[in-house]
Amino acid sequence: MYHQATFDEPIVIDIKGRRTLKIPHENEGYKTQVPEEMRRETIGIGDREEFSVIRHFVKLSEMNFGADTGFYPLGSCTMKYNPKINDEIASLDGFRMIHPLQDSSEVQGALKLMYELSDLLKKITGMDEITLQPLAGAGGEFTGLSIVRAYFECKKELDTRREVVVPDSAHGSNPASSHMAGFDVVQVPSTSDGTVDIEKFKEAVTERTAAFMITNPNTLGIFEDKIVEMANYAHSKGALLYYDGANLNGIMTKTTPAKMGFDIVHLNLHKTFSTPHGGGGPGAGPVGVVEKLKDFLPYPLVTFDGEKYSNDYIPPKTIGKVASFYGNFGVLVRAWTYIKMMGEEGLRDACETAVLNSNYMRKKIQEFMPVPGKTIKKHEFVASSVGSGMPKAGDIAKHLIDNGVHAPTIYFPLIVPEALMIEPTESATKEEMDLFIETVRQSLKVSHEMFEKEPVNLKVTRIDDVDASKNPKPTLRMVRKEQKEALQQII
Amino acid sequence: MSNDLSELLKELQIQNPDELFKDIPESIRTSLLGLPRGMDEDEVRRLAGEYAGMNKTVNQQHSFLGFGLYNHYVPAAISNIINRNEFLTSYTPYQAEISQGIMQALFEYQSMIGELLDMDAVNSSMYDVSTSLGEAARMAKSITGKDVFIVPKYMSRNKRAVLDNYAKGADIKIKEVEFDERGMIDLTSLEKMVDDNTSGVYAEYPNMFGIIDTNVPKIKGIIGDERIFVAGVNPISLGVLAPPGKFGADIAIGEGQVLGLGLNFGGPVVGVFGTKEEFIRKMPGKIMGMTKDHNGKMAFSMILQTREQHIRRERAVTNMTSNQALMAVAAAVYLSLLGDSGLRKIGEVNMGRTRELMDVVREFGPFLPYESSPVFNEFLIRLNESKTYVNRIAKKYNLNPGYVLGKEYGFTDRNQVNIITNVTERNTNDDFNAYREFLREVA
Repeated sequence: MYHQATFDEPIVIDIKGRRTLKIPHENEGYKTQVPEEMRRETIGIGDREEFSVIRHFVKLSEMNFGADTGFYPLGSCTMKYNPKINDEIASLDGFRMIHPLQDSSEVQGALKLMYELSDLLKKITGMDEITLQPLAGAGGEFTGLSIVRAYFECKKELDTRREVVVPDSAHGSNPASSHMAGFDVVQVPSTSDGTVDIEKFKEAVTERTAAFMITNPNTLGIFEDKIVEMANYAHSKGALLYYDGANLNGIMTKTTPAKMGFDIVHLNLHKTFSTPHGGGGPGAGPVGVVEKLKDFLPYPLVTFDGEKYSNDYIPPKTIGKVASFYGNFGVLVRAWTYIKMMGEEGLRDACETAVLNSNYMRKKIQEFMPVPGKTIKKHEFVASSVGSGMPKAGDIAKHLIDNGVHAPTIYFPLIVPEALMIEPTESATKEEMDLFIETVRQSLKVSHEMFEKEPVNLKVTRIDDVDASKNPKPTLRMVRKEQKEALQQII
Repeated sequence: MSNDLSELLKELQIQNPDELFKDIPESIRTSLLGLPRGMDEDEVRRLAGEYAGMNKTVNQQHSFLGFGLYNHYVPAAISNIINRNEFLTSYTPYQAEISQGIMQALFEYQSMIGELLDMDAVNSSMYDVSTSLGEAARMAKSITGKDVFIVPKYMSRNKRAVLDNYAKGADIKIKEVEFDERGMIDLTSLEKMVDDNTSGVYAEYPNMFGIIDTNVPKIKGIIGDERIFVAGVNPISLGVLAPPGKFGADIAIGEGQVLGLGLNFGGPVVGVFGTKEEFIRKMPGKIMGMTKDHNGKMAFSMILQTREQHIRRERAVTNMTSNQALMAVAAAVYLSLLGDSGLRKIGEVNMGRTRELMDVVREFGPFLPYESSPVFNEFLIRLNESKTYVNRIAKKYNLNPGYVLGKEYGFTDRNQVNIITNVTERNTNDDFNAYREFLREVA
């Protein structure tokens, strides 16, 4: 039986005390000389002891659920185990205490690591060059699409190539990134087997198409087996092919984006390469490209002349920069550690086990719930809680978390009604997967009234998200402001 | 193969997991990628130790290098909290009830940043300050419908290069406003530049030269309510400097790295982003909001998700999905530890120590081009020597005097070196002595 720790913790601003943290030089009498109009009066976050801070945040952490707490099959997020050695290595002084603007002669170790990581990622994707700069998957998409724009600008075709084609099953970030890079989005429907409708695809891809953007395996966990035909067709129309690497865990070592015909790839190191997700980030979204796009990559790139590493190469047609410095270095160190330890055999095993787990769960779930699309799935699959008496996907999710199992991604992809997107990854035992399946099966018997009351084993029960968004209170000062106004109305 | 796997294979009636990949056409299957064999933990620990040892850390030298990323003291409590497995290995809190811990921590980050900025709405993190600026320019266009965004002539080229990229995709034109002789935004030029096409103006305090630009408070009055004022701040300075909200900023951004995140060769950091209440629906990023559960208990919800890509797709406010949440938690721990008194103190120490080093410079000659302008913790020093010579002498004293501004900032005189020197609370008197000896030799 699962019970989450429950504390009624105040907002930290309201925890009052004395500051115990010492600041260097604080007793040497330094004073400010700020011009009057720019002087700070009050601040408003209060003081407290270090032990109070630690107790507070430790309690908050206990009211949270991570992949180290339990099974976390959140589809499309690849919540695999994050080896602890990754964190240890990222915290070495030699990596932690270096400044990105130091002369390259002083940071040879960091550059060597980045160079090696690029090389490993090139082998994994089959791409010819890699930038490690993008700070997240969506940041990688924006980088890749900026490269698409620069490429066609250079070819003087940008005036006519205004469109990016995406399947209707695509991650929402794909159309959003396309729009941010200045393109119009054209959506292609999927067929009932869950893959892109090839006829509709051919209608959509024209001389107006700048890029076709797709993840493979797609968001239904299905391998798009007509990918070569699509790639050839898109290339024949002069378009580029963009690979969203969110689902790389499902094919890693079995094929590469290059083999499939892609020109641009972004990877999510926090998914495929085991770096911790940090409650939402930091991630890292390196972008790989084929030879003809190398000159458009963001600057700088790490180079090696056989003796020393440099960090000042500016590709001749560079799109510029997509982050202040060279990427989320701490995340890069962790991904390097992971790949070094896995080797090719380890990565193959990870991929095979993830796909095996996913198909096992798919087969078991299918016994009582439809799983649309082709039978064989890759690293994830989508169940659809439809049919008479079936609970809503959202209710199943609450039933799961109430039983100490993290819920899958729900209501995505949008093309599947009542979608439950399940990705066990390779980090799950049969017992954990069976417990998940059993809990979902049980939820079919839970009455509507019972669902209303769930969850009961967590810090809070159901939250009114609609009201929370109608009256947004993103800071304590807004909460207080509203309380004050309410009070005044009563008076 | 472990027992577990054989049971799974049996259930699927297959012999080998590879059978689950038969839908990948043979023509595109790979046999070997050519990756090296896997290492064990001890091997990789040694190798990484070797690489880390090839780097010269800021602790192994007298470092005054800042310029956008600062060598501040990082309290031990921070890594202790952000390495808590429940925070570290969780993801975006899509299931709110089981994720209240991180949601409250992020709400606290937003609340404390809200106080620092004097702004009501704050998001739970951007990637870094450069992407915060890019998003702010897009937001200014989206609010006003205008497409010219004005930025200072002197600002970090890195930040500017990222902004240019965001601007290109959104059809925004960037224009530069000149500086006056005190190293501040030239208000007369700004007034002339602002017209019907102006969506907003970006200005920093402290700016690229470290100067506390006293013209910034006048900007909102010049550009008026119909245009967006984006203020760039250094969050650690806001214990002693007035908040951007006081100067009518519509959006405030900053690099949150200074709030206890350390250097890490430039990442991960965290982009600070705040705005006025009225613009919250135009703000990018994930936002935690305080609300109640069905029993009336305090709870947190990820609010305004209909702005986001997983629902709104190409019409989303931004494409952002993963952010820098854990770094925001780190900043929250940092701010909690320092509190009001610590923030004020750290501001005083940074300003006071910087002034002290500037006094050292004055002993040797007129090397401070903006001598009369107030600075926070960075200043411009101009030496009439070649860069090679200055570097050689600095090396002799195991000193990094700061960031050398080159031709990308318009400094082309080869007999002159322009350095941005940064002083933080971490700089010791030994560091000061090295700087003094260096000056004695080059001046």
